[in-house]
Amino acid sequence: MKAIKTIGLVIFLIGLAIFTALPLLGTYNLNEADFNTIVKEQNIKSDVFINELKSNIIGTDFNGMQTLSPKISEALNNANESHIKNKEWDKKIYTSSSDMAAVIGKKSANGFIANNKGFMWFLTFGLGIIGALMFILPNVILLGKKGIKNDGVYHESATNRGWIGWMVFIFLVSFYLVLYFASEYATNWTLIVDPISESLSGNPAGHWFVYGFMYCTVMTVMAVRMYIKYRHNIYQVFRTTSVLFFQIVFAFLIPEIMVRLQMPYYDFKNAFPLDYDFFFQWNLKDLINNGGIGIFILVWGIVLTLIVVPVMVYFFGKRWYCSWVCGCGGLAETLGDPYRQHSDKSLFAWKVERYLIHAVLLFVLIMTGMTLYSFFTETGTVLGIKTATVQSIYSLVIGSIFAGVIGTGFYPIFGNRVWCRFGCPLAAYLGFVQRFKSRFRITTNGGQCISCGNCSTYCEQGIDVRAYAQKGENIIRSSCVGCGICSAVCPRGVLKLENGPEKGRINPTEILLGNDVDLMDLVNQK
Amino acid sequence: MEHIVIIGNGISGVTLARHVRKLSDKKITIVSAETDYFFSRTALMYVYMGHMKFKHTQPYENWFWKKNRIELKKGYVKQIETEDKMLHFAEGDTLQYDKLIIATGSKPNKFGWPGQDLNGVMGMYHKQDLESLETYAPNNEVCKRAVIVGGGLIGIELAEMLNSRKIPVTFLVREDSFWNGVLPKGESEMINEHIKNHHIDLRLATNLKAINSDEHGNVKSVIIEETGEELECNVVGLTAGVAPNVDFLRDSGIEIGRGVKVNRFLETNIPDVYAIGDCAEQHEAIGNRRPIEAVWYTGRMMGETLAQTICDNKTEYKPGHWFNSAKFLDIEYQTYGWVFAERGRPEYEQHFHWRHAKENICITVAFHKDSNEFLGINTFGIRMRHEIFDKWLTEKRDVDYVMSHLKDANFDPEFFKTYENDILTQYNNTFNTNLTAHKKSWKRIFSKV
Repeated sequence: MKAIKTIGLVIFLIGLAIFTALPLLGTYNLNEADFNTIVKEQNIKSDVFINELKSNIIGTDFNGMQTLSPKISEALNNANESHIKNKEWDKKIYTSSSDMAAVIGKKSANGFIANNKGFMWFLTFGLGIIGALMFILPNVILLGKKGIKNDGVYHESATNRGWIGWMVFIFLVSFYLVLYFASEYATNWTLIVDPISESLSGNPAGHWFVYGFMYCTVMTVMAVRMYIKYRHNIYQVFRTTSVLFFQIVFAFLIPEIMVRLQMPYYDFKNAFPLDYDFFFQWNLKDLINNGGIGIFILVWGIVLTLIVVPVMVYFFGKRWYCSWVCGCGGLAETLGDPYRQHSDKSLFAWKVERYLIHAVLLFVLIMTGMTLYSFFTETGTVLGIKTATVQSIYSLVIGSIFAGVIGTGFYPIFGNRVWCRFGCPLAAYLGFVQRFKSRFRITTNGGQCISCGNCSTYCEQGIDVRAYAQKGENIIRSSCVGCGICSAVCPRGVLKLENGPEKGRINPTEILLGNDVDLMDLVNQK
Repeated sequence: MEHIVIIGNGISGVTLARHVRKLSDKKITIVSAETDYFFSRTALMYVYMGHMKFKHTQPYENWFWKKNRIELKKGYVKQIETEDKMLHFAEGDTLQYDKLIIATGSKPNKFGWPGQDLNGVMGMYHKQDLESLETYAPNNEVCKRAVIVGGGLIGIELAEMLNSRKIPVTFLVREDSFWNGVLPKGESEMINEHIKNHHIDLRLATNLKAINSDEHGNVKSVIIEETGEELECNVVGLTAGVAPNVDFLRDSGIEIGRGVKVNRFLETNIPDVYAIGDCAEQHEAIGNRRPIEAVWYTGRMMGETLAQTICDNKTEYKPGHWFNSAKFLDIEYQTYGWVFAERGRPEYEQHFHWRHAKENICITVAFHKDSNEFLGINTFGIRMRHEIFDKWLTEKRDVDYVMSHLKDANFDPEFFKTYENDILTQYNNTFNTNLTAHKKSWKRIFSKV
C-alpha cells in the first residue's frame, strides 16, 4: 500500500512537472493566412502593427512563448506609441499585449504539443489524475477504522506550513498570476484541452476553459480524498457530492453547452455580488440582445440574489450556498480541506475580517450603483468619477488578486477560506441574513464541552467555536459556512448543525447545564 | 481590596476566577507551577497526535488575563501559613491572601511498584508528562514498545496516542474487562473488541509486578504479576487512576483526607480557605456521586458555585443530574443520569441494552424495575441531547416515555442513520410492550420543565 502511494506520488509529480513546464515549451510559426484572420477577427486597423508583425514574426520559428510574446508586446507598444503621437485614435489597439500574444500564440502553435493534444493531455492531466488517485485511494486501508483522521496534521510539512506547504503556495500563486496577467503563457494548456472544449461548446479552448476544466478535475480528485477521510460522516459525503455536482454541471457544463446553443455563457448558481459583473453594461446588453433566454437570465439573476438566496439562508443558513453549492466554497472544501486548520482564530483576525469583508460589500454595491446609473443615463461618469475605472479597479484588485491569487494561492498558509472569510461580498450579505434572521444554528450540547479546541482548530472560517461551546452557548456567527467539520471533530458530541425555531436560538449562558438549577436560573436570566 | 488567591490554573480555578471577576472588582491571582496560561488538560493527547499545537489547547488568548485583571503567578507553593494568610513559594517569595482557593487538581497514582520512578515511566496528566512522552516516545524507533498500566480513561487515551505514532502498545488492565467498574458488561465488551481491533495488545486481568531498568536508569522491561512474563519496552505509562494533589498541604492545618476535606459550601476547616475540583473531598458523598469527583465538568461546576459564595452570595454546591462523556478510540460515549455496572448496582436498577449488529453502536437504559422510572442512559456511537435527558430526569419520566420519545434526544449530525425504531422494536419485544415512536418535536425539545 505504501509502495502504491509512493509510485502514485512520483507519477503525479511527473505530470505536474510537465504541466508546469508547458508554458515555456512548444514552437510557434505564424503564417500569413492565419494572421489575416486574426487581423479581421480582432478588427486591427493599425498598419504599423500589421507591418511590424509581417516583417518580424510571420514565417519565423519561435521556441517557447517567452521568445514570441516580447516581440508582439514590442510591436504593439510601438504601434500605439506612434498612433498616439499622430492622434490616430481609430488605429490604436486596445487589446492588451498579453491577450494579443495569446490569440497569436493559439493560432500559430505548430509543434509536437499542438499535433499531439491527446497524448500531451495524458502526460499532464492524465498522469496527474492517475498519480493523485494512486496516492489517495490506499488510504481506504491505511487510515484504518473509520473515524476522525487528523493524526500528524501538525507533524507533516505539507499541512504544517513546512517547505511543501510553501512550494504549493508558490505554485498556486504563480498559476493564478499566469492565468490573470500573462495568459499567453497558458497557450499550451489551452491546446491540450481543445478536444474537450470543442466537444462541448464547439469552440477551441481559451485559458478560462483550462481553468474551469482544471477546477473540476482537482475538485473531483480531492473529493475522493474527502469521501475516504470522512466516510463515517454522511453529512460530509452529501455535502461533497453537492459541491461537486454544482461545479461540474452548473459552473462548467451548462455554460459551455449554452454557448453551443448560441445562448449567453451563464452560471445559473453564481449569484450577484459574487458575480460582480452581472450588471456591467456589456453583460446587460448581451443578455438583452439575446432574446428570451437573455431576459430569463436577467430576471433569474435578480431573483436569485434578492429572493432565493435570503429565503434559503433563512431556512438553512448560508451553508446551503457557501458549502453546498458555491464554486469557491467547493474548491475550498476539497483542495483546501488539508489546510483548514491555518485560519487565524484570534480576536484581531475577526476584527480584520469584519472591516475587510464589509468594505468589499460596500465597494461592490457602490460600483454596481454607478454601473446602473451609467447604464440608464448613458453616461460614462458619476460625480466626475469614471465608472469604467472603478469597474476595472474592482476587477483587478478584488476579482483577480483577492479572490484568485490570495484567495486560493494562500491556502497552505492562511487556510482555505481566505476569500470567503475576508473578501466575498455575497458571503457578507448572506452573513447578515444568517446572523439576524435565520433558523440555522450550531447547537451546543448542554454542558458537555471539555474545551479541547478541536472545533476551533479545524474551523476554516476562523471562528473560535470553543469560546461558545464551553459556555454552553449556541454558535450563531455570520461567517459560519456550515461545513460541519467542528461537529465532526468534536470528541464529545457537543456540536450539531441544525435548523430550528428562531426563538431560543441565541442563548448566552454563564452557568452551564448540569449545575444547580437554582443557580442557573439566578445567573442566566439576569 | 480583597485579594483572592487561587492555587491551580485548571478548569476549576479559572472558572472561579472568571466568575469572581464578573461578579466583583476583587483582586485575583492565579498561581500555577505547571504552565503560564490555562490550557485544556483533556486536549494534551491531541498535541502528541498532531491534531493540534499546544497553543490550540489554550481556550483564552494571552491578552485575556490582563484585560480581565486576573494576575498570573508562576510558582510552586511549598507551604501555607493560614494564621498569617501567607503562601510561601519554593522559589523563596511569598504572597498574602484574603481568601485562598485550593484547586490543585490531581496527580497520577503510583502504587509503590519497583522501578516506578525510572526514566521513561510517566503518567499522562501534566503538560510535563506530554513533554516527557515526546522525549521517550517520539517515534517507534526510539520507543519499540510501550506498556500502559491501568485501564481507565487516561489509559485508553495514552494507548490511542502511542498508536497514532505506530508504537506497539501493551495495555495491562487489572479488571477482567475494560472499565467494567463503570460500564455494564455489554458495553465494556464492545470496548475490549474495539481496542483489540486497533492492534493494541490488551491484557485483561493482568497486573504489573515490577519495572526493570537498564544500566542508564531507563526502562528496559516490565514483569507481569500473574505470569512472571517479562515484556521489553522503553516507556511505561502509569494510568491507574489519579489522586488529589494535596501533599504540600499536609502540615498546613487544613484538614486532609484523600483530598482537601470540604463541606457543601466548599469550605475547608480553616476560615477563608476553600477547595474545588479534583482535589476537593466532600465529607459525605452527594447522591450517587463519589466524595472526590475527578471530572472536568464537576470542577467547572464547583468553580461556578464557589464564585457566588466568594462574592457574598453564599451558595451550596448542588450539582444537578450526573452526566459525563469520553471517547474510546473512535467510539464516542455519553452518559446521563446513573447507569451502574454489575458491581455496585442497586437491586432495583434494571437495564435494557441494544447493540447494533455490525457497527460499534449501543445504548443501555437504566430504570427502576418497580416504578419504571427512567434512571439513566449510556450511549456509544450515538450522540444524545443533554437538555432532553436532564429534563426527563427532572420530570422523573418513566422508561416507556423515554423509549418512545428517543427521537427528541438524538443529537447526531444531520442525515446520519437513526436507530430509534430498531431500538424501540427490540424494547417492545423484550418487555412485551406496544410502544410507537414519536416524531421529533421542536416544541417538546424547547419546552421547559
